[in-house]
Amino acid sequence: MNIIKFKKKDVYWYLFIIFLVLIPLVPFIANNSFIQHVFILILLFASMSQSWNILGGYAGQVSFGHSVFFGIGAYGAGMAVVKYGMVPWPGVLIGAFIASIVAVIISYPCFKLKGHYFAIATFAIVEIFNRLFMVWYWVEGALGLDYPLVEVGWKNFMWYDTKIPYYYGALILFIVIFGVVRWIEKNRFGYYLVAVREDQEAAESIGINSTMVKLTAMAISAFLAALCGAFFVQYNFRVDPPMVMSLSMSMTFVLITILGGAGTILGPLMGALILIPLQEYSRALWGGFGGGIDLIIFGIIIVVVVVRQPRGIMGMISDIKKYSQSNKKINFNIGKDKGGE
Amino acid sequence: MALLEVHNVTKKFGSLIANHDVSFNIEEGQIVGLIGPNGAGKTTMFNCVSGLYRVNEGKVLFNGIDITEFPPYRVAKLGAVRTFQIVHPLKDMTVFDNILMGAYLREPNNQKAIEIAENCIKIGYLSEVKNKRAGDITIGLKKRLELARALATGPKLLMLDESMAGLTSTEVKESVELVKNLRDTGITFLIVEHVMEAIMPIADKVVVLDGGIKIAEGKPEEIIKNEQVIEAYFGKKYSKKLQAAKGVEKSV
Repeated sequence: MNIIKFKKKDVYWYLFIIFLVLIPLVPFIANNSFIQHVFILILLFASMSQSWNILGGYAGQVSFGHSVFFGIGAYGAGMAVVKYGMVPWPGVLIGAFIASIVAVIISYPCFKLKGHYFAIATFAIVEIFNRLFMVWYWVEGALGLDYPLVEVGWKNFMWYDTKIPYYYGALILFIVIFGVVRWIEKNRFGYYLVAVREDQEAAESIGINSTMVKLTAMAISAFLAALCGAFFVQYNFRVDPPMVMSLSMSMTFVLITILGGAGTILGPLMGALILIPLQEYSRALWGGFGGGIDLIIFGIIIVVVVVRQPRGIMGMISDIKKYSQSNKKINFNIGKDKGGE
Repeated sequence: MALLEVHNVTKKFGSLIANHDVSFNIEEGQIVGLIGPNGAGKTTMFNCVSGLYRVNEGKVLFNGIDITEFPPYRVAKLGAVRTFQIVHPLKDMTVFDNILMGAYLREPNNQKAIEIAENCIKIGYLSEVKNKRAGDITIGLKKRLELARALATGPKLLMLDESMAGLTSTEVKESVELVKNLRDTGITFLIVEHVMEAIMPIADKVVVLDGGIKIAEGKPEEIIKNEQVIEAYFGKKYSKKLQAAKGVEKSV
């Protein structure tokens, strides 16, 4: 969040760009479909968590309701293909807009609640939507939507024998969402989000309409989450309520971001890079034990990281940076006094 | 027309009447002091004007616009910006970013907002701590940071709530100097203050509250002679001292 100290961050960004250049080559290096699957999930979950990060990280409103918007996006694409026999794209857009609108409507009353109470209210919303979609005949209730066989290609965003196009689809999604967040972070709106997170009263005193800022953040966040949901359904060829609108899905949004570092642009990617391979590999290796081993490891890592550094992996990285800098400058810092509250 | 008009404002918290039928006006370009003993309702008055509290009765006009029912951010957008008695810096941001936040109110363009913020950093003598975390600087600097942040929003009326309490005497002098300079650029001030040395020499008008009621209003030299105010607030000894100081100032 510092515009003046650009030089230090430049190196950081060059590394990031090199990383981005390498990413498209992944499917050619790894022509094993399991590894490709892991990479697709990393990109997808990093994107999902990034969309949550706008509201939960930058604006500091921890929402457990994002699986609802994710689910609405998934159902948008699913309904277009399964019920109306169309290409998924109009459904994707309509789903995303509906998710945005639903997000604004349900979060308006919820934003009157602060901190933990907001989080609890969003918990309830997931359950409500889960039950609603379970019994809603029009969306096939608990049976869910099963995709018919359609022509493969970008038009239908559907491939059966290869995962490589999905990888590029996920990559595009990832770049779009990270681009949006990067743009927000650098501009006025990003600053306003942080101001609302840090001190709502102070933010209002300098003319920031905190309710409006939070609602806008929510709308953008839900829109992007819904896009991820649409990708998810296209990748899985089916959707049912427990798959998308569940607390565990919501938790994934939250935990990846918190593990990586909420309110930082690279946090969600860091979180996904660690958690997804772990989850997929442990499931593949020890899934036979009856499941759950991956979740145990998942839990332990989260506890350890958050206890050590509440700002997650990005916080740890900045600690290491500070430590190495303070070792160089140690003689200069001794005389300076620390400010009181 | 006065810049800020407070008409018969009454604010109750249950059965406690924090402000009872208070009225006063602030003309453009004035420095107005709002003083009174602890619990007199000064901060309540402030919160009513800045939109943090809804008044029970009465009206507040700013620049001719009725702002009685306005939320704080709308009052701030109109140009009446406040600071807090208990400082509210955005702790995890740098001092510069804090001030930039204020500058964004009138200037959505990044480059221009940065220029405004740079300027306010200079005005507030904050250049040395520009890139420090706002939570890490001393209390004196935090108070100045609040002032600079409010200033960056381009206000017509600045309302300072005890922005000099708890400062060293050098810091108080710097702040007084700062307020004077800003007044000369055309900003109007409403200042709640306990530090009499700070407020009395610079105020054009002083409003005195006691127990929620306005007991006096007038020029500082009248106020320090006012029996009721002496009784309620200064004490006899301090009044003499103040009068002596004023006398010296006049003879010079």
